[in-house]
Amino acid sequence: MDTESIHSGYSHHSNRSRGSNKQSDRSSRDRHKSHSRDSSSRSDKNVIISASSAQPQQPDQSSAPTDAQDDNWGETTTAVTGTSDHSLSQEDLAGFGKETDTPAEKLNCIRFLPLVLTLLLGLLVLVTPLAFLVLPQLVWPERLQACGTACEGLFLSLAFKLLILLLAGWALFVRPTRASLPRIAVFRALLGLLTLLLLLSYWLFFGVRILDSQDENYQGIVQFAVSLVDALLFIHYLAVVLLEIRHLQPCFSLCVVRSTDGETHHYNLGLLSIQRAALVILENYYKDFSVHNPALLTAAKSRAAKHLAGLKVYDVDGAGSEAATAQSRAKIAAAARHRDTSHNELYYEEAEHERRVRKRRARLVVAVEEAFTHVRRLQEEEKKKPPGDEMDPREAAQAIFPSMARALQKYLRTTRQQHCHSMDSIQAHLALCITNNMTPKAFLESYLVAGPTLQYGRVCLQARQWMLVSEASVTSPLRHGTEFQLKCNDFSLVVTSKDIPHVKLSEEFVHPKSHKFVLQMQSETSV
Amino acid sequence: MSYIPGQPVTAVVQQIEIQKLRDGVNLILGFSIGGGIDQDSSQNPFSEDKSDKGIYVTRVSKGSPAEVAGLRMGDKIMQVNGWDMTMVTHDQARKRLTKKNEDVVRLLVTRKSLEEAVRQSTMQH
Repeated sequence: MDTESIHSGYSHHSNRSRGSNKQSDRSSRDRHKSHSRDSSSRSDKNVIISASSAQPQQPDQSSAPTDAQDDNWGETTTAVTGTSDHSLSQEDLAGFGKETDTPAEKLNCIRFLPLVLTLLLGLLVLVTPLAFLVLPQLVWPERLQACGTACEGLFLSLAFKLLILLLAGWALFVRPTRASLPRIAVFRALLGLLTLLLLLSYWLFFGVRILDSQDENYQGIVQFAVSLVDALLFIHYLAVVLLEIRHLQPCFSLCVVRSTDGETHHYNLGLLSIQRAALVILENYYKDFSVHNPALLTAAKSRAAKHLAGLKVYDVDGAGSEAATAQSRAKIAAAARHRDTSHNELYYEEAEHERRVRKRRARLVVAVEEAFTHVRRLQEEEKKKPPGDEMDPREAAQAIFPSMARALQKYLRTTRQQHCHSMDSIQAHLALCITNNMTPKAFLESYLVAGPTLQYGRVCLQARQWMLVSEASVTSPLRHGTEFQLKCNDFSLVVTSKDIPHVKLSEEFVHPKSHKFVLQMQSETSV
Repeated sequence: MSYIPGQPVTAVVQQIEIQKLRDGVNLILGFSIGGGIDQDSSQNPFSEDKSDKGIYVTRVSKGSPAEVAGLRMGDKIMQVNGWDMTMVTHDQARKRLTKKNEDVVRLLVTRKSLEEAVRQSTMQH
């Protein structure tokens, strides 16, 4: 059916990360299932997904239904509006996040493809040596020469080597995937190909030399199988070196700057491809960077708007389009001459804000300290007496929370952090502090200082979908001067890499007995 | 030249006026000093009392302004241009003597022979 083939925008997803925007896919495919087949030719036109930004999903959805109802869309309308007969109602919007996985199984399967391939390869690796051993016994058992202790020794070594190989393979390859990268991991693919090649060549030899000719020397066959397992163990060694060890030695220092507030961190990485380096940086981002707070950036934006709005250029002479550059130059010149007092406002505003924050902070600290004095841990001997008002930590937290709630809320409002902390999270944190005998200062530290993103739970942990923007191919290795960007919905991380300088370390031997001193007591100076 | 702690120091001094000699950029006097409150006074070969931490002249160059003016080896310098030299560090003494804007230094020095001479002259009366 035509409607089934409308994966609207699916072909547009080739340059985005795999796990992104599943919701728009699912819901758009659901909507298209009920549409007429005339929309198939037009579905490509109205899906506006650009490669460098994650558009909000509404334009996709609202524009797609208009397409279905109006056959003459291409001729009659000049703009796609959001107000159509099938504009979304509130319930539909609410249902966005709750759709089930069934239509999207295909996407999930792609995510598990590497794991499945690895498991298949592992199975093949396990079965092949055993097949080599067993097939001769099955096909021509009577002609095989019995081999004694040498064979048994070989059997033992084969068994243990296989076991070690399987354990090592499990340890290295069967791990939960940290992320889905945009391109294939080159080293893994190479190793998989190498293993496959090895197995194929062994099967070829086995088929030609042993099966066809029905070799009777069973010890030779067993040695053949053992040599295969040895080769596989060496491939595993190669895998360990390539995948795990090679990038441990730091070669590059990466400077990561957040685009909104300029927070910078440096990381030392080894020889990695750009996509793997991006992965390492993202893992460290959640741990090192303080949480992104858009509320703190509004002041700078309003100032920028005021700068722009201050001057207007009127085109009096009716000059042509080349006056655009002349206009901007005129603007800059006029702005330079204009006696701007915005720096004054900024200074006083910041001073005032600082003062307010300090006052609220002082009130908060006092309130919290007082609240903590109301709670005391029950001593051992008191526990045996008839219980008075025993509370578990959660209840104790709820009991003392109201006395500090107001001060805490006011402080969070002043520092514009109130959206990061919900009341439940605050009470949970308070219970934790009470349980572990923490001081009020320890409790307050997570509110006074903006911590890393991981600390804030689900509320501030927004986009986990990142886009890697790079001029070089993302599987190419890092080099000195590589620049790339990691974009998410609200901000982007700009990464530049520099070589770690080659250090020339030379030695100077100091004999332990060479440290001799003399007192300078009587100095003689000539004048 | 020994002194009793707490009692004022009395000594017979001779004033010696030395004109500094210009040697390129430097102004030199032509003698070497030793001693000072930060030095080890027991090493001083010229002092009678080994706990004396004053500034002593340890060497006088031949033909130098200091020799011409009458400075002798072993003299103890009590004052330089009015500045006291009995309780100074070695470096402070050096600085007082080598001030670049002074062309002449007037030293008050004392030596054992001066005391002897004064005692002899008073005894004769």
